[in-house]
Amino acid sequence: MSSKQENIRLHGDKIKYIYGIADNSLILGQRLGELTGHGPTLETDIALTNISLDLFGQVRSYFQYAAQISDGEVTEDDLAFLRTEREYLNVLLVEQPNTDFAFSIGRQFLFDHFHILLMTELQKSKDDTLVAIAKKSIKEVNYHKRFSSDWVKRLGDGTEESKEKMQTAINDLWRFTDELFHTTEADEAMIKAGIGVDVKQLKDTYYKNVSEILEEATLDVPELKYFQKGGKKGIHSEHMGFILSEMQYMQRAYPGAKW
Amino acid sequence: MTEEKVHIEKELEPILRKIPDPEIPVLSILDLGVVREARLDGKKASVKITPTYSGCPAMDVIGDDIVTALTQAGYEAKVDLILAPAWSTDWITETGRKALEDYGIAPPMDASADKRALLGEEKLVKCPQCGSTQTHLVSQFGSTACKALFKCDDCQEPFDYFKCLI
Repeated sequence: MSSKQENIRLHGDKIKYIYGIADNSLILGQRLGELTGHGPTLETDIALTNISLDLFGQVRSYFQYAAQISDGEVTEDDLAFLRTEREYLNVLLVEQPNTDFAFSIGRQFLFDHFHILLMTELQKSKDDTLVAIAKKSIKEVNYHKRFSSDWVKRLGDGTEESKEKMQTAINDLWRFTDELFHTTEADEAMIKAGIGVDVKQLKDTYYKNVSEILEEATLDVPELKYFQKGGKKGIHSEHMGFILSEMQYMQRAYPGAKW
Repeated sequence: MTEEKVHIEKELEPILRKIPDPEIPVLSILDLGVVREARLDGKKASVKITPTYSGCPAMDVIGDDIVTALTQAGYEAKVDLILAPAWSTDWITETGRKALEDYGIAPPMDASADKRALLGEEKLVKCPQCGSTQTHLVSQFGSTACKALFKCDDCQEPFDYFKCLI
């Protein structure tokens, strides 16, 4: 392969790599946004939507960068709103519904502990823009992690009912955690280029950190051998279509509509 | 503090100083520390701003306000958003901290004190209404992305605490 072709391929891989990170925050941010005005208490409502806002802010930085390095005239909004389901590369975990408060917290907790490790490592990337985004984001993610971990402990070590609900949520969501540490071809190319994070290396630390908090919350750490995957390759759960139809509605119905 | 590295053209300083943060109107954007550079080339002003939080909805408004103020003053203005280095609460000036407190928002502390306070380990956040440190955290997330919600156990008033971000 000539060096020019090689460069073009790496370029495409980088854009896919950015989707892989940004789509997690986008879809989780959308899920949390659903709780606006519907949180169980005013404080948790505000907290979850604040987290949503942080995630959307991070997504904007990623998509502005992806749009800037893409060929042709694409904008950050095109990337957020006009791709098809198969083109979104988020993990299955983030698209899981807000079944109840314990599920929203469990999903957040299982994602935050991954997110913080990813942002820590991304700061060592050879790509300056990704480093800048990671340095900015990690400060926010620290607050998210503290919030979700506190709630896991409060619900787990709370009443009989709250404990049961928290345990159910963790048991149900656990099967989506393994996918966080899978890599796609684009990921591997970026790891090789010194730009991407090798998430496979984060797995042990992740399960150790998560298990410690679950134990502190007097919850059982699920023992599971079978895990779900697909989102990273664009193969999503049935929930994804519903999320996108709501999220994309305005831009599909009124193309180019501005706030 | 990296305050000394920030280059603000003398001629532009008074104009920028008059622009308030849209969510905390007592605070000038200069005292908030979001203006990272303001340069002048003839009548062309170029300003660089950085967001407090990634999703801070005030950034677009701040950018527009800067363009409007500079245009009215007869400059041709351009505003760019930069991400690095990431904003820190350390960049809020002393004047800014005082303005926050007078306005009823407890100003941010240093990182380790902030952590102890937010985790509820120590009573460190001072009530901006009565000055008591007998306060407790109600929620780590408050009315805007940059604030946590506290309540004073002495005067019973709820108040915002500007979260530390380092």
